[in-house]
Amino acid sequence: MKCFTSWQGVQKEKNSIKKVMRMKQFLTFVQKEFYHVLRDKKTLLILFGMPVVQILIFGFALSNEVKNSKIVVMDQAKDISSQKLINKIEASKYFDIEESIHSQGQIDAAFKKGAIKMALIIPAGFYQNLVHEHKAQVQVIADASDPNIATALTNYANAIVQDFQTELNTGFEMPYTIIPETRMLYNPQQKSVYSMVPGVMALVLMLLCVLMTAISIVREKETGTMEVLLVSPFKPSLVILSKTVPYLLLSFIDIIIILMMSVWLLGLPINGNIFLLLAVSVLYIITCLSLGILISIKTTTQQAAMMISLMGMLLPSLMLSGFMFPIENMPVPLQVISNIVPATWFNNIIKAVMIKGLGPSFIWKEVLILTGMTLFFLFVSLKSFKIRLA
Amino acid sequence: MPDKKMRTILFLLQKEFLQIMRNKSIRVMIFVMPVIQLIIMPLAADYEVKNINLSIVDHDHSTYSAQLISKITASSYFKFAAYNQSFREAFILVEKDKADIILEIPVNFEKDLIKENKAKVFIAANAINGIKANLGSAYLASIIRDYNMELRSKLIAVTRYNPVPVIEVPSSNWFNPLMNYYYFMVPGILAILVTMVGGFLSALNIVKEKEVGTIEQINVTPIKKYHFVIGKLIPFWILGNIIFTIGLLVAWLIYGIVPVGSLLLLYVCISMYLLAILGFGLLISTFCETQQQAMLVMFFFMMIFILMGGLYTSIDSMPNWAKIIAKFNPAAYLIELIRMVVLKGSGFKDVLPHIIKLGIFAVVLNSWAVLNYKKTN
Amino acid sequence: MSDTVIQTEKLTKRFGDFIAVNEISFSVNKGEIFGFLGANGAGKTTAMRMLCGLLKPSSGNAQIAGFDIYKQTEKIKQSIGYMSQKFSLYEDLTVLENIRFFGGIYGLSNTQISLKSKKLVDELGLQQEAKKLVAELPLGWKQKLSFSVALLHDPKIVFLDEPTGGVDPVTRRQFWEMIYEAAHRDVTIFVTTHYMDEAEYCNRISIMVDGKIEALDSPSHLKQKFKATSMDEVFYQLARGAKREE
Repeated sequence: MKCFTSWQGVQKEKNSIKKVMRMKQFLTFVQKEFYHVLRDKKTLLILFGMPVVQILIFGFALSNEVKNSKIVVMDQAKDISSQKLINKIEASKYFDIEESIHSQGQIDAAFKKGAIKMALIIPAGFYQNLVHEHKAQVQVIADASDPNIATALTNYANAIVQDFQTELNTGFEMPYTIIPETRMLYNPQQKSVYSMVPGVMALVLMLLCVLMTAISIVREKETGTMEVLLVSPFKPSLVILSKTVPYLLLSFIDIIIILMMSVWLLGLPINGNIFLLLAVSVLYIITCLSLGILISIKTTTQQAAMMISLMGMLLPSLMLSGFMFPIENMPVPLQVISNIVPATWFNNIIKAVMIKGLGPSFIWKEVLILTGMTLFFLFVSLKSFKIRLA
Repeated sequence: MPDKKMRTILFLLQKEFLQIMRNKSIRVMIFVMPVIQLIIMPLAADYEVKNINLSIVDHDHSTYSAQLISKITASSYFKFAAYNQSFREAFILVEKDKADIILEIPVNFEKDLIKENKAKVFIAANAINGIKANLGSAYLASIIRDYNMELRSKLIAVTRYNPVPVIEVPSSNWFNPLMNYYYFMVPGILAILVTMVGGFLSALNIVKEKEVGTIEQINVTPIKKYHFVIGKLIPFWILGNIIFTIGLLVAWLIYGIVPVGSLLLLYVCISMYLLAILGFGLLISTFCETQQQAMLVMFFFMMIFILMGGLYTSIDSMPNWAKIIAKFNPAAYLIELIRMVVLKGSGFKDVLPHIIKLGIFAVVLNSWAVLNYKKTN
Repeated sequence: MSDTVIQTEKLTKRFGDFIAVNEISFSVNKGEIFGFLGANGAGKTTAMRMLCGLLKPSSGNAQIAGFDIYKQTEKIKQSIGYMSQKFSLYEDLTVLENIRFFGGIYGLSNTQISLKSKKLVDELGLQQEAKKLVAELPLGWKQKLSFSVALLHDPKIVFLDEPTGGVDPVTRRQFWEMIYEAAHRDVTIFVTTHYMDEAEYCNRISIMVDGKIEALDSPSHLKQKFKATSMDEVFYQLARGAKREE
């Protein structure tokens, strides 16, 4: 009995020594990978600069609001009322009047030069018609090569003319007026950044975890250093794993940077639980890493890994995940494909947790799907890896 | 002597073409990319606002509120999501992304309208998607306004009020009267396509020779630096034109888009632009040591070029500093040029200023690439 | 002295604080096979890259084929051939395409190119492989091909950086026969190597240690001087004192 326990003890001790050894070996490998990553300053700069620049662009440069659109005005009336209307349009933030013109032909020319987005024509006798016939016209011609902007500008012009009309009637109140009061939920200033922050995160993580990881593993294959690592007494799967650790850490730092910038620079709220947010981000990072590993195992050249990551992963994540373009607008086949893009689910989670402030009960489905995907990628990688070794 | 120069360049060209033909990745890029991008991207990148899910909360249950609601549901803009009892209930639908806009009609809507001459309705839009919220609430407001006018003219006919002047705003949409969204997106995506393929191919090219080591063998020859760069530039320039042509064909076959303007002018624009973007790629190529690095750097700039190129959001709406950056973005000029020539039929005089600017880009970027390519370290 | 084709004077290359090549002075004559020896990291490749015009020297002077190493690098390039340590012909071009390309770059006429291609392919016995991609050739043939390509434009000097690394003994022998043949035609051969038996084939050799030339003479004189029976011993005696590795 005694003998047995001591034997067990020895065995245990041996095992624990082995474990410590393994751990140490693993850390050595991880250290080597860190050297690789940290030495390339240009790449590092871009890996950290990318999310910063993206946040700046989305936060401050791009806006879904249409404003300062250049227009021309053809005033054929030239009376008090038309002048008043023009002043009112000039004063609005939506329009910048480029010039006043006198003929239909000039409108055409201005559109073709790309100088204007809309033309406004006030026909002769504007004031007369208004006073005597209680009815007048203002014509709007929009450059519909961009249909959304055309619609928006026509709407704005309409609203300004309505306002103008109401002002004309000061003195007596318009009867029976329905006043719509509009509230913009979650994003009162309609900054595009609200829908973009999750997208920026998804994109940066794709880039780091899928593209960079895959390329760095494939490069070792290409240059032949992988062989050296694989003949070492270290488990091959751990060799691969050790290559992902630096990217995991860099990704996490990138997420923190993105979140800090969103909150402090853009005033974006984190309405939900921050720890939940970080936890699901880590889950998504791991999903991406396993995808990167899979690609690296399936390809043999850097260029091939690049092509697959870019065209097969990055582009779909960008276009089909719903962060730039609404999924419900897509034709059915693309909607189906969007379901197998991990970024779609991550996008949903981030919107729900960060902006809407929802709890775990709203996102369990997405979490389950991402976990399933991760396990699937790892399983397939492990299988094909073993086949290669055998 | 000029003969000899030409010969060197011809040898370089021959070599590049042989290599390009044999490279599988490049073949895929040339023939698959345009088709995939032009077929999938416009379908996916559909910013057009449709399928707005509307949820209605009617606390009034009056004739007028019912009339208003039936007018709204009759319009094709909105998809009727639900008829909720309370705002809270409707809001949960928004949280679940089942509804985009809530219309709430308060109690006493009808009574206020008749007695007080005015009544409020509340619109709440999920503004995480700003465009949808913006356009959706504007549509809704315009339907309400229409209803308002109808109602007013009905009521005014019975009661005696002074006639009120009304201004009509008839509007027309030029260049794309059917408001076809693909007309807008496809030419833009064509520009992006040429940018991506040209940029990445040229950025990776010289770096690859560095990584493999063949550049050493070139550097010990007495070849002129600008010969070398020209020898790299021309093959990709021809390739870019081929890809653009494939793209145009796809646009015609699938979307029925035929350029309104001159085809020749279109190729003048593309040719000038290609010189600029290829110069940029080669410049990056001379700065980087590995393909991974070059690709990442190019990706970084590509992102800025595309996002700030006015493909999705108009440059006019940007703040001033961003407009200045956009002035240094060659892709922005191309996107505009293609849209002008393809959709509006702009002529040579209209596009000349942009072409000149692209020419300046081409000269500066290529000279910089030549200067920065060092045969001797 | 018109026979001197390479002449250096206190040629130096610094990378920051590190002095890779430290004031080396030597001269090489026309038609000579000059062996350039040294342990890994002694500065051989750096020195060679300076002589080829791939690197700018930090100080010192040198003349290659009568041209100044600072001002006339492009003229130097017309008169030299270079074969780098790493195989650097285009693997995705065929044998003939590579020959044609480099011939064209050096300004050979079309008739010259086709004549030389044929001769070269015949000499190397590559008739079967002429239209195959270079990537498919075994290493030994690749090396012989790069040497021939380096000689394509009849340069006065050829620089060979470890041309026989990883090549089997038979091919190595053939390679040196090619070198001798070229030297007979008065081409100067400047070669680095790690094989001491190859060093014996050279007319004169220099041995670099830590960026400096520690010995320069014919193999037999060197053996006498160091009282050694083989070049191996000479090299060992000198290189043992080296402070830097890598």
